[in-house]
Amino acid sequence: MPMDIVVCIKRVPATDATIKIAADGKSIDPAGVTFELNAYDEFALEQALRIKEQLGAGSVTVVTIGPKEAQKELRDTLARGADKAVLLVTDKWMFDGASTAAALAAWIKTQPCNLVLCGRQAVDSDNNQMAGNLAARLGFASVTEVVKLTLDNGVFTAERDIEGAREVVSCKTPAVISCQKGLNEPRYANLKGIMAAKKKPFEETPAQLGAAALEVVSLTLPAARAAGKILGNGADAVPALIQALRNEAKAI
Amino acid sequence: MTDPYKALDFFNTDELYTDEERMIRDSLRGWVSDRFLPIIEEHNRNATFPMHLIPELGEMGVYGASLTGYGCAGLSGVASGLICQELERGDSGLRSFVSVQGSLCMFPIWAYGSEEQKQRYLPKMAKGELIGCFGLTEADFGSNPGGMLTKAVKDGDHYVINGSKYWITNGTIGDVAVVWAQCEGTIRGFLVDKGTKGYLGKPIKNKLSLRASDTSELVLEDVRVHKSQMLPGVQGLKGPLSCLTQARYGIAFGVIGAAQAAFDEACRYSKIRVQFDKPIARFQLVQNKLVWMAAEITKAQLMCWKLGKMKDAGTMQHFHVSMAKRNSCWMALECCRLGRDILGANGITDEYQMMRHMCNLESVITYEGTHDIHGLIIGRQLTGEDAIL
Ligand SMILES: Cc1cc2nc3c(=O)[nH]c(=O)nc-3n(C[C@H](O)[C@H](O)[C@H](O)COP(=O)(O)OP(=O)(O)OC[C@H]3O[C@@H](n4cnc5c(N)ncnc54)[C@H](O)[C@@H]3O)c2cc1C
Repeated sequence: MPMDIVVCIKRVPATDATIKIAADGKSIDPAGVTFELNAYDEFALEQALRIKEQLGAGSVTVVTIGPKEAQKELRDTLARGADKAVLLVTDKWMFDGASTAAALAAWIKTQPCNLVLCGRQAVDSDNNQMAGNLAARLGFASVTEVVKLTLDNGVFTAERDIEGAREVVSCKTPAVISCQKGLNEPRYANLKGIMAAKKKPFEETPAQLGAAALEVVSLTLPAARAAGKILGNGADAVPALIQALRNEAKAI
Repeated sequence: MTDPYKALDFFNTDELYTDEERMIRDSLRGWVSDRFLPIIEEHNRNATFPMHLIPELGEMGVYGASLTGYGCAGLSGVASGLICQELERGDSGLRSFVSVQGSLCMFPIWAYGSEEQKQRYLPKMAKGELIGCFGLTEADFGSNPGGMLTKAVKDGDHYVINGSKYWITNGTIGDVAVVWAQCEGTIRGFLVDKGTKGYLGKPIKNKLSLRASDTSELVLEDVRVHKSQMLPGVQGLKGPLSCLTQARYGIAFGVIGAAQAAFDEACRYSKIRVQFDKPIARFQLVQNKLVWMAAEITKAQLMCWKLGKMKDAGTMQHFHVSMAKRNSCWMALECCRLGRDILGANGITDEYQMMRHMCNLESVITYEGTHDIHGLIIGRQLTGEDAIL
């Protein structure tokens, strides 16, 4: 059975970017920040491409809710092999998993789609809400934080690392599956893919956002790290170090 | 992903590039960070080339990327230049491998080969299934390749080649050699397959530069090749020189990557290295070195971008390429020397990439025409006086 796969991605500040809080005290100041594709979404895209390759049929459509600039991340997914990209445009920072999921669900319902893949979380808002919330709205099965995924005769077998154990679950389509590091090794865009990307379908429409279910009240940078402490020198200092690690840092 | 590299772009040259050019550059940059940098020091120590990466680069499409057809990507001049820049940010040996494959071997087959030669070699070379090497230099004929002694003599439907080539990149690992030889009063190119009787590649040992690159001697003793292995489309020194123009173009861009790596490492280091209770970045003399590096890198970026535009427009001349190759190699080597200085004693170990790049660039400023030979090519253009011969 061919599968029409939707991959949800997000443009996020690069993990090594220096973050400044904006004047409103509730969002980050984007000036001088470089943005990139959310790393977990790369696993989702890669898995979608592999499923399509395995089945030899179907489609991979990548969607994001974000600013115009997210064209860059979408084009990158087309270069790696996605068939079509859709940008639901908004200037709002999408931090609320429920409103993101609502807008995506509304759009997905208009599309042929029997599988949604996304990253386990967006590394900017770190809410870890979207996949489950989206599945509930679509009435799809929901499997989160998958580290291994196989497809056999229309049935997915997914492995998840849960506290102290490895869980294996199976589900059928339609499903929303969120992807965790380890699932696969994302491919690089090859040069022909990059050249072909500009000829692929690319849609842009305003995002239909409902009311937010939660609100950011304030945003502050983490407190500066306290100064380090030198306990001594050489082997003589080891017992003091062990004591400090055990009693003060509670690291061992 | 953990590679903290930040490429210097002081004049926002990024906005001069097309979206595709930037994407290609970024894709290669990520590949070098993830796949190449973690292993390069080991290969540099052991003087080995990371052979397992050859098919990956083929998959990405970097071999002969500016050529069209036969499985090649058909990219713009700037895009193929930026590929070299990112590869050389990793190591000059990696960029050399790709330059030899694409500019020195695939290019002459593509430009001067018979249709049958193109079909036979180019698609496999584009994938990295066949590796090429380029035999022009001889031990006694470097800057003056026209004096070469290697000779091909016709014998029925065959040519018999005798001679030797020295300093040949990929000479031992290569599956096919483009060998230039004196033949019937001119210079002709021959495609010699590995395994042909009398043909042998022998590694040159104990190099202190381009260690992660195969540099070899080619021995040719009564090597019989069928006449269909001769490149039909060119004769005279302009054959090999036109290949060199292509490769030098890639070098002009490429070494900017090495210089950017040097700048990045030195700048980062200067901010965390504390002497006299201050980060050394706060000292004027250290800043001055970083400023010199940044200014030279910026000038080279702009020169190469324009060179790329001329290449695409068909107005690029060999003396333009000479100026860019000469300038880029010189500034990149000076950047590494200054950067090495900023790193102090740490700069002499291979915990840092600085000295590897610096040593590599001693080759790059020499091969494909030395700094001074390029000066003479430019001087000849400016004055009309030929000071080379
Ligand atoms: C690592 C490495 C890889 C290489 N790979 C290849 C390869 O794949 N294929 C290939 O064919 N070759 C290759 N070469 C050879 C390279 O192209 C030559 O080394 C280069 O052309 C210089 O020649 P030479 O070493 O004989 O120096 P020489 O020509 O002997 O030059 C020595 C010095 O004399 C100067 N000089 C020479 N002539 C003049 C003149 N007329 N006026 C003023 N000064 C002059 C030079 O500038 C230089 O400073 C490689 C070299 C190296 C180091």
